[in-house]
Amino acid sequence: MARSFFGGVHPKDMKYLSCDAPITVFPTPKTVTIPMSQHIGAPCKPLVKVGDHVLLGQKIGDNQGLCVPVHASVSGTVKAIEDLPHTNGINMLAIVIENDFEDALDPSVSPRENVDSLSAEQLMDIIREAGIAGMGGATFPAHAKLSSGLQKVDTVIVNAAECEPYITADDRLMREMPEKIIKGLRVVMKIFGLSNAYIGMEDNKPEAAASLKKAIGDDITLCVLHTRYPQGAEKQMIQSITGRQVPPGGLPAAVGCAVFNCATCAAICDAVYDGLPLVRRVVTVTGRAIETPKNYLVPIGTSFRELIDSCGLKEAAYKVLSGGPMMGFTQYDLSVPVIKGTNAVTVFSQKDRVAEKNPHCIRCGRCVDTCPMNLMPLNLYKAERQNDTEALDKLHIMDCIECGCCAYGCPAGIPLVQSFRSAKQKLRNEQQKQKEAVK
Amino acid sequence: MSEVKTLSVSSSPHIRGKRTTRNIMLDVILALVPALVGGVVFFGWRALVLTLVSCAACVFFEWGYRKIMKLDCTVGDLSAIVTGILIAFVLPVSTPIWILIIGDAFAIIFVKQLFGGIGQNFMNPALAARAFLLISWPVALTNWTANKLVDAATSATPLAEGVSAESIKLLDLFLGKTGGCIGEVSAMLLLIGGLYLVIRRVISVRIPLSFIGTVALLAFVFPQNGCDRLYSMGFQGLSGGVMLAAIFMATDYVTSPVTHWGQILFGIGCGALTIFIRYFGSYPEGVSFAILLMNACVGIFDRIGRKKRFGEVKQKEGAAK
Repeated sequence: MARSFFGGVHPKDMKYLSCDAPITVFPTPKTVTIPMSQHIGAPCKPLVKVGDHVLLGQKIGDNQGLCVPVHASVSGTVKAIEDLPHTNGINMLAIVIENDFEDALDPSVSPRENVDSLSAEQLMDIIREAGIAGMGGATFPAHAKLSSGLQKVDTVIVNAAECEPYITADDRLMREMPEKIIKGLRVVMKIFGLSNAYIGMEDNKPEAAASLKKAIGDDITLCVLHTRYPQGAEKQMIQSITGRQVPPGGLPAAVGCAVFNCATCAAICDAVYDGLPLVRRVVTVTGRAIETPKNYLVPIGTSFRELIDSCGLKEAAYKVLSGGPMMGFTQYDLSVPVIKGTNAVTVFSQKDRVAEKNPHCIRCGRCVDTCPMNLMPLNLYKAERQNDTEALDKLHIMDCIECGCCAYGCPAGIPLVQSFRSAKQKLRNEQQKQKEAVK
Repeated sequence: MSEVKTLSVSSSPHIRGKRTTRNIMLDVILALVPALVGGVVFFGWRALVLTLVSCAACVFFEWGYRKIMKLDCTVGDLSAIVTGILIAFVLPVSTPIWILIIGDAFAIIFVKQLFGGIGQNFMNPALAARAFLLISWPVALTNWTANKLVDAATSATPLAEGVSAESIKLLDLFLGKTGGCIGEVSAMLLLIGGLYLVIRRVISVRIPLSFIGTVALLAFVFPQNGCDRLYSMGFQGLSGGVMLAAIFMATDYVTSPVTHWGQILFGIGCGALTIFIRYFGSYPEGVSFAILLMNACVGIFDRIGRKKRFGEVKQKEGAAK
């Protein structure tokens, strides 16, 4: 049944560094920094003022439109509301809370008894109010994915591939709390009115697969797929499991699919059954420079510096990534906080430095062979260098998912992904210009 | 904010595969070694001298051109050495050294660097150099020295002799007991190199197989001078430069298609043109011109071979429903 996707690469997964470290609760930090924008869509507006006392789980920011609220991940006093460094590289509005170490719960956080009697609308409302956004990294609001997929979705897939090297947060979650993932998944199935679902994962996590196997019933199919990056990319996961291809520019719902990360499912379980909003998540702290790699259950808003300090450095940090090495973002300021989409903090040492090479394309075609979206990266690169936006459009630059397979395999060491990000912006600017010219 | 100065910031991905242009070229050089050893055994030490001089000259011209034009030095990628070896391989062992060096200069400066250096040339430098030398000094380029393992004092290449008598044993062609250029005579040694490149995933079998397959098929369907079909097939496939060209020249990354179907069409085109020139042209050997002509069509093949856009097929199916 399980098919495969196009292209892909086999980077060393390096998961052995942290995969045997059980999830441990991170000692609560002195302050947390909660950015108002932790999801795709409109940023939240703060609901509290400097000096206010907030409780753990209290809603402290919300907005209209495509948005999910943010919550206080500790109890304490609001110290500041200002623009602060964000993992996306720019300063964004955030609320800083000084921890009073009471962990006083907001009254809204209480277990629900009547889950079975709740309607789809009520469940989606609970999920929205709990601030759940996709925790695999893309941070798309979960309730929006659910409501836009109603009537269209016939296949629900839990993305448990975790194909990024180094990261083991989902692996540990599956090993230690499979029942949470399954409970969350059943909520999703109920909302869509479906009686079955798939879990897609890679065959390099046999312990997690065994653990899930015990927890699932006949209604859920566990698909153990070949380990190949980017197995966990949404479109590739759908292709591997159903054979369907999401149309260009379309959402998974266009082919009747909805994909949820396994951590998102666990968060849905917490929200629906325990009434606990998304205030903490599992983060893998790993990399060659880290003394003791760990999987931490971290309050949202904890700074990268505290996580790194707690695990210790055995070599000087050369690069700090939010996420894994294939798609992660480099950080230059370690005061950035863990947000809903942060699955790992990867710290590289000088030894991980990628050697500078001559960027002369030799047309070897490896990028063409490995591109999971069937693009022609070498031609896209040429078009970008020549600012040829027409060619970029014809070569479907917007289909690029920035997975990095092309640049990973490029013997010339051409920074292809960087080039394509800039190419997409150039095309957007050009299209904007044309629109304005028509007006 | 102390990290600002110490932490490196760059675009993803932050890890790279092991392959580099340099180690790919090194693999190609290694794959050419068996044929070079064969060249020395068949034609004497002069074969080695010519090859080394050719490499040195290619590296020198590449270094000199990049230096004079104030460009970055690309000698370290070893591609000039590959070109140097291949130029020597497609010349007879008796070629004067000054002609060889002119060929090297033509390949590196005119064919490669004037178009922008590695990756930018549209013709295979070694084959373009051979074509240039063959037109300029036809006598020197067709002066076939005897293969030391063949009894005859002087012998033309089997292709020049023709296949009338089925006089040449296919096994001799396979092993290299025949006249010809330095690196092209032994199909066996070239196949060993080709196998190494395929195992190391430097090249795929698409171009060599479609190239040699087309040559063999056409030779089988249209045997020359009424000789046996199977013999004709083996003879056309093993003689001349087909093996060297199909494994090492037509697979040159820069001047061959990158798409799978493009590569297959390219190989078929090379094979068909080779037979066409051999049968109807005035040159006994058509391999180099066949590849050079196909080099010019790479863009078309890549356009034909382009894979379907992700998601496009299913969209149409969905619309049909």
